[in-house]
Amino acid sequence: MKVISANNLTKTFGDFIAVDNISFDVSKGEIFGFLGANGAGKTTAIKMLCGLSKPTSGKGFVAGFDVEKESEQVKKNIGYMSQKFALYEDLKVWENIRLYAGIYGVPEKEISSKTDLLLESIGFQKEKNTLVKSLPLGWKQKLAFSVSIIHEPKIVFLDEPTGGVDPLARRKFWELIYQAADKGITVFVTTHYMDEAEYCNRVTIMVDGKIEALDTPQNLKTEFNQNSMDGVFHQLARKSIRKAD
Amino acid sequence: MKQFLIFTKKEFYHIFRDRWTTLILLVLPILMIILFGFGITTEIKNTKFAVYDPSRDVASQGIINKFSTSEYFTLSEYLDSPEQIEKLFQKGKIGLVIVFSEKFHENILHTGEAQVQLILDGTDPNTALTLTNYATQIINLYQQEQKESKNILYQIKSEIKLLYNPTLKGEYNTVPGVMGMVLMLICAMMTSVSIAREKELGTMEVLLVSPMKPIIIILSKVVPYFFLSLINLTTILLLSVFVLKVPIVGSLWLLIFVSLIFIFVALALGLLISSVVEKQMVALLISGMALMMPIILLSGLMFPIENMPIVLQWISNIIPAKWFIIAVKNVMIKGLGIASIINEIIILTSMAVILTAISLKKFKTRLE
Repeated sequence: MKVISANNLTKTFGDFIAVDNISFDVSKGEIFGFLGANGAGKTTAIKMLCGLSKPTSGKGFVAGFDVEKESEQVKKNIGYMSQKFALYEDLKVWENIRLYAGIYGVPEKEISSKTDLLLESIGFQKEKNTLVKSLPLGWKQKLAFSVSIIHEPKIVFLDEPTGGVDPLARRKFWELIYQAADKGITVFVTTHYMDEAEYCNRVTIMVDGKIEALDTPQNLKTEFNQNSMDGVFHQLARKSIRKAD
Repeated sequence: MKQFLIFTKKEFYHIFRDRWTTLILLVLPILMIILFGFGITTEIKNTKFAVYDPSRDVASQGIINKFSTSEYFTLSEYLDSPEQIEKLFQKGKIGLVIVFSEKFHENILHTGEAQVQLILDGTDPNTALTLTNYATQIINLYQQEQKESKNILYQIKSEIKLLYNPTLKGEYNTVPGVMGMVLMLICAMMTSVSIAREKELGTMEVLLVSPMKPIIIILSKVVPYFFLSLINLTTILLLSVFVLKVPIVGSLWLLIFVSLIFIFVALALGLLISSVVEKQMVALLISGMALMMPIILLSGLMFPIENMPIVLQWISNIIPAKWFIIAVKNVMIKGLGIASIINEIIILTSMAVILTAISLKKFKTRLE
């Protein structure tokens, strides 16, 4: 079953083609990696799929809804987490959870049980009343991810969720991603860490706004005759003429 | 509705968990009204004056007495010749010289007309204007008294400029101005900064991706500052009445009504600023430079609009605070009714409507 489907999606800003005619499908429960150097167009692509940015041409469907015309319906079915984490630093952990539960439209009577469940799943019971600003980066990240799926969306979009975090914390973070995928949540994740690419079910590699490759990590390594995703990526990224921003 | 309440509550957490924000919002208005009311006053007291009086008769002495007994002027010396005047000003120790014509009293009795010349230092036009106003007021007062007590009729030049402020109190000008400034500061600056902060933190993106409607996001950003500005309005009015002794002569409800319109203008301006900027610092600078400076300089709070170059007078028309200050003066100080401020109400309401429309449109395009 396809939960995300992009058909010739294109976004231009003036003369600049940020996303150039990309097409792909993502199935339910899949962890779909979106790889590319900075400035390759990952964030623009994710923004179009979330309804934050209007496609210049082409169509996008998320959870069966048109991202351009039915963005309200799309929003009800997705979660989103960006590289900035987007937690309120001057609110306590539970206040952040409650706030986002409310914003995402979790029914009032479920909020407190969901809050407890969330705190337990990431082992934050003791930090319930801590202000978010005093949490370490890796913890904030875990919290931000758990909050972004508190309403049990069909799909969660993660835009470089692991930026600036050490490899160990990244590993732990990916355990959370797997847990979400086990629950049937489709994960759409962008990253420029190639070790993370290995964790995905399928990856696309974007170069200069175009999709240069799309397959499982294993198949890509075989196809490009490399022993790591890093090698695959470098081979493809060499073609780039666009400067990273 | 639920979303709105939760989100508004969160906004109050932001405000009260940051000591500086709380201070700015609640204490700054009090400081401002006290500073402007007591400290930075535009009224001038105890200006030294000299007299050249060749007549030395009852009338000229009477006027001189009136001057020296007023709190605004202190008699410094009598001059023997007009040549001394310029030297005195060059020394800079004197603010006003009064020159009486010869046979001053006789002239009054015979022709019903007499001349007094007021000489002032024009290098500071605002002070000169204030002193002129004080001086003409005192001379008029003298004439008035003479007319009543002795029934001597002579030419009275009426001066209506200070009619509603008979004691020439500077606070009468300060209170409406500070009201305009504080409300603008709280509503526009704070709203724009708090929205810019969400953009900077990345939370705005998440909010826009969430099912929450943009109009709810805007409303719940704006409502807390609306409430706080009501608190500030109350504090300012209480301080003016009980501390600065500036009474509310007109209708309190009309005053509140005008203030509400002005608050809407300020909130809309805040929204507009936040829709074009991405960073808190920029929002702060724009609201500081583009909103506060014109209010202080061009709204008539510090400098009389009539004294400004014609271009600046023209520019002052687009400053909402100017109209608000006029309306507050009319209602609060002069005690006039709604008919007197109908123009100001129309202008402010149109500003509110236009600004809100533009900022809502701008905010929506951010989703595209």
